[in-house]
Amino acid sequence: MSECKGVWVFSEKFDLMLEMLGKGREVADKLGTELVVVLVGKGVSDKANELVRYGADRVYVVDDIALEHFQTEGYLSVLHGLALQHKPEVVLVGSTRDGKPLAARLATRLEAGCVPDCNRLSVDEKGRLVGERITYGGNASAKIVFKTKPQIATVPSRAFEKPEPKDRNGQVVKMDAKVDAPRTEVVERKPLEASNVRIEEAEVIVSCGRGLEKKEDKVLLDELSAVLCGQVGCSRPLAEDRKWFSEWVGLSGHKVKPKLYVACGISGVIQHVAGIRDAKVIVAINKDEQAPIFEVADYGVVGNLYEVLPALKEALKKQLQ
Amino acid sequence: MKRIVVCLKQAVDVSQMKVDPATRQLITAAAPKKISDFDKNALEEAIRIKEKIGNVEVVTVTMSAEDAKTVLREALAMGADKAYLVNDPSLKDVDTFGTAYVLSEVVKKVGEFDLILGGETSLDSFSGLVGARMAELLGLPHLSSIRKLGVEGDFVVAERSLEESIETVKAKMPALVTVTREVNQPRIPSLMMIMKASKKEIVNWALVDLNVQKEKLAARIELVEVLAPKTERKKVRITGESVQEVADKLATALIQEGVVKR
Repeated sequence: MSECKGVWVFSEKFDLMLEMLGKGREVADKLGTELVVVLVGKGVSDKANELVRYGADRVYVVDDIALEHFQTEGYLSVLHGLALQHKPEVVLVGSTRDGKPLAARLATRLEAGCVPDCNRLSVDEKGRLVGERITYGGNASAKIVFKTKPQIATVPSRAFEKPEPKDRNGQVVKMDAKVDAPRTEVVERKPLEASNVRIEEAEVIVSCGRGLEKKEDKVLLDELSAVLCGQVGCSRPLAEDRKWFSEWVGLSGHKVKPKLYVACGISGVIQHVAGIRDAKVIVAINKDEQAPIFEVADYGVVGNLYEVLPALKEALKKQLQ
Repeated sequence: MKRIVVCLKQAVDVSQMKVDPATRQLITAAAPKKISDFDKNALEEAIRIKEKIGNVEVVTVTMSAEDAKTVLREALAMGADKAYLVNDPSLKDVDTFGTAYVLSEVVKKVGEFDLILGGETSLDSFSGLVGARMAELLGLPHLSSIRKLGVEGDFVVAERSLEESIETVKAKMPALVTVTREVNQPRIPSLMMIMKASKKEIVNWALVDLNVQKEKLAARIELVEVLAPKTERKKVRITGESVQEVADKLATALIQEGVVKR
């Protein structure tokens, strides 16, 4: 166990790797070890130097035509092979829909522990990685340490800030790896509607809940959102029960981190609140003054969203001129 | 097709959990237990496959440090044919590795299967690791984040809900599938189904009945602290004589916060 060294960062999404490098750097410095990125894909070699500029001491590049698209078995065989050879102390994996099962399988193949969806990471006085994550449907935050190595944690997008790139020295090492064949075949890949893509990245989100009476009334949110240069979101019932949207904000949907979150006609059940906890400012607009959303809002307006939203849109337009 | 195995977790009903506001500690002991939501979707999906193609046995497997028979009765009432429960106090402190390991051994003991179904994650701990870990231990292809599922001959065909796309995937069975809540709306069993279920069997195994090496069950992680998150919100109520006045005040506040782009 003691011979394990190095903090590794991996994601099949390049941007998420950059986000993880700032925190990875901090953890590596605390442990007095090097920060390593495992860069996997086809034709990715020329991106290695950018990873060095964002903080990597070393980049293992596995460039193989068989790795052009993500596929669990192939990516897993590469990471597992490298981990056996170099014995990392910490492995941070981007917590995407593909990345999380990959991390779980890597941890199992190495008989290691795994803490998923860490929105905070630190190192304790014993030199153990400490991961913090939301649990019990948003009722609690859990602090978890590892008892064995490697310590594998997954990191959601937008949990950490992308560091500032600078000119630094780092080693880029090309590696050959055994790539296992995929056991699932991708038959078709359809992109999601553009309006629903990447709500995680939005700086302003105007979101509606069951207080919205008709699907067409969404235009009220669109109009306010346009003034705020934001995106429109919704709570789970509007997507899952009424099917007015395909994606939703909340613990089981998208966890968002905007500067401003405007919750319109959303009661504020704990699972929804868990998805907006990292918003800088939360505004709640709701008819019911007892709605729990007011307990987690910075600004609350008790009122009918059909009156408040158009008025707010006009007020903002006027004051922003 | 012969058998579909559905993994069910007995989870804390998080919507009924209470928090002590002074200490931020959770009061879990009093919260009722139920089948974890996502696992219920998996069970519903298994029953629908059975109804469609017939001649399939749907069994459920559960591991728990506490008794879970009451919760499993509901699964049988929904339409599962048989339930397997491994109930052992020493399972209290296992982590996702131990959970997947024990469940995998239960599945092996149950016998041949074509599909293993489970929820993408669990309602209470929300880790979402056990399905993938089981696929690894059992050497199976894993189809995750599934919102639509079908069986075509020897293959399972499914739609995955990804961040920016919907992916249709196909794998040869046996395979392991984890579903999201989008996949279906689980049925509510009728009184008739509940009565019929009382005759169905719940097989109760102890850890010693399985081919489990105890030392492998030692947790690889340790929970240091579980606390309700601090809410540090301003909670300013904006009021006024008219909607327009309220809207003006709110707009001013948001501009002052610097969260609105000019």
